[in-house]
Order: sequence, then structure tokens, then C-alpha cells
Amino acid sequence: MFRVTRRYQFAASHRLYTPLVSEEANRRLYGKCAQPYGHGHNYVIEVSARGPLEAHSGRAVDLAILDELVRRQVLEPMEHRNLNLEVEVFRRTVPTSENLGVEICRRLKRSWSTVFAGDWPKLETIRIQETSRNAFEIRADEVE
Amino acid sequence: MVVTRKVEFSASHICRNPELSDEENRRLFGMAANPHGHGHNYVLEVSVEGQPDPVTGMVLDLKELKEVLERTVVEPFDHRFLNYEVPPFDRVIPTAENVARDIWSRLESQLNRQGRKLRLVRLYETPDLYVDYLGE
Repeated sequence: MFRVTRRYQFAASHRLYTPLVSEEANRRLYGKCAQPYGHGHNYVIEVSARGPLEAHSGRAVDLAILDELVRRQVLEPMEHRNLNLEVEVFRRTVPTSENLGVEICRRLKRSWSTVFAGDWPKLETIRIQETSRNAFEIRADEVE
Repeated sequence: MVVTRKVEFSASHICRNPELSDEENRRLFGMAANPHGHGHNYVLEVSVEGQPDPVTGMVLDLKELKEVLERTVVEPFDHRFLNYEVPPFDRVIPTAENVARDIWSRLESQLNRQGRKLRLVRLYETPDLYVDYLGE
């Protein structure tokens, strides 16, 4: 059994702000991340999948299929976008790294069996870094 | 407790199954099927699990781990063309998975001793692609 991890990057802007609390509470909760014009990151995501070796290829995960899935479900909708304004779910959900990681996991999980037929490989984790200092790891079995 | 050491080696390889057509190889492996080969700066992280010795305070002597990795992996793999110079890759496709598993099999008997156990072989083919092998 192998775990294969592939890293991708995309640049996007966002603002951390929730209308459910006051302006001051937002400032306290999110600090600079609540600044009204938003700001940007070079997001780094790592997609990990687990599976046995396929004899004919010597690979546990078909990387061409994985790359295309990530391109279509994640990179194309989010690359060089304003997450709050242009990615539907973030009109009503704060685009923290946690929520972004969960959304990425959800999108990949939803389409996984249409591109990977059979029991393997299985999507295992998504790891997302907003900056090089903090990383968030989401297990696929934690996400609906 | 898990101790991890990193080494690097530069090697070339061809990812190609001789039993498949050119087109099938291109679809499966993309540019990695280039019949002239291509190269990587592989980065290998080897993790050993154990408990610190009550006298030395070490899980294992890192000088010993360094020597094992140099002799067992770097020396045979570094600056080599895997398909032509490093068995079993004359008959096994040198994907990152197969190379990681081969490295595990070379290291296991040397590192599993005195209460320590090889726990993980992580092989980066590129900074954006790595494979973890944890034994079967």
C-alpha cells in the first residue's frame, strides 16, 4: 500500500469577515485578515491518496487523472480569483483555510468515483497552506 | 518516537512498460515515457521508530543511520541511470512507488534491530510529488 501526495498551487484573494458578529468582533477575531479590501495568498495544497500498486504502470495513483481532476474542480475555479466574490460557497461561508480545505476536499470527493473507477485509489487527506507558517490537514473521511 | 533522516541523490530513469504500445505509455506516463530518459534530484526521507536509549538518549546513532543510507542507497543510485545500472529497474518500472519499495527492502534488515523499526520511506521525485511506503 502506498500513499501518493501531489502538490499544487494557486493564487487567490479573500477576506475573513462574518456578518454574524460586530465589526469590532471581526477585527478581534481575524485581525489584519478582516481588512475591508481583502488580501491574497499563494495557496499550496497537497492531495494525498492511498492505494496498492497497479502492476501495469508501477503506480498507485494515475497522476494524469488526478491532475485533471484537481485542475477542473479546484484550480480552474479558484486560480487568480477573489474567493469571497467568485466562489459560490464563500459568499456565505468565511474562506478560512479550514473552510477552504473542507471545500476542496468536498469537491474532489464528489467527483472521485467518476474518474477513479473501482475501490482504489482512495482520497485520504488534503493539506492546505495559506502561508508557509501554518498548515491545515483535512481527512477525507471527516468531510461529507 | 520517530527519527527521520534525509538524503538526496540524482538519477535518471524512463517510466515505460515494454508490454504496452507507445500510445498507452504516453497516456499513462506522459513525458516520463521519453525513451531517452530524464532525471530528478530525488530526496529520500527515512523514518525509524524506537525509544531513546536510557544511557545515550538516542533512538539510534545518527552516524550509523547516515552510513547505512550512504552505502545502501546513495552509493548505488546517485548519478546513475536506474533502468540501465540499478537492478531491479532493468525489469521493474522505476516509478517513485517502485523505487521507494525497493529502498525499503534494502534498508529493512539493516535498521530493524535493537528494538528499532523502519517506519516510513518517503521519496520525493520532485518537490511537488512524493510517495510514502510504510511496508506492506
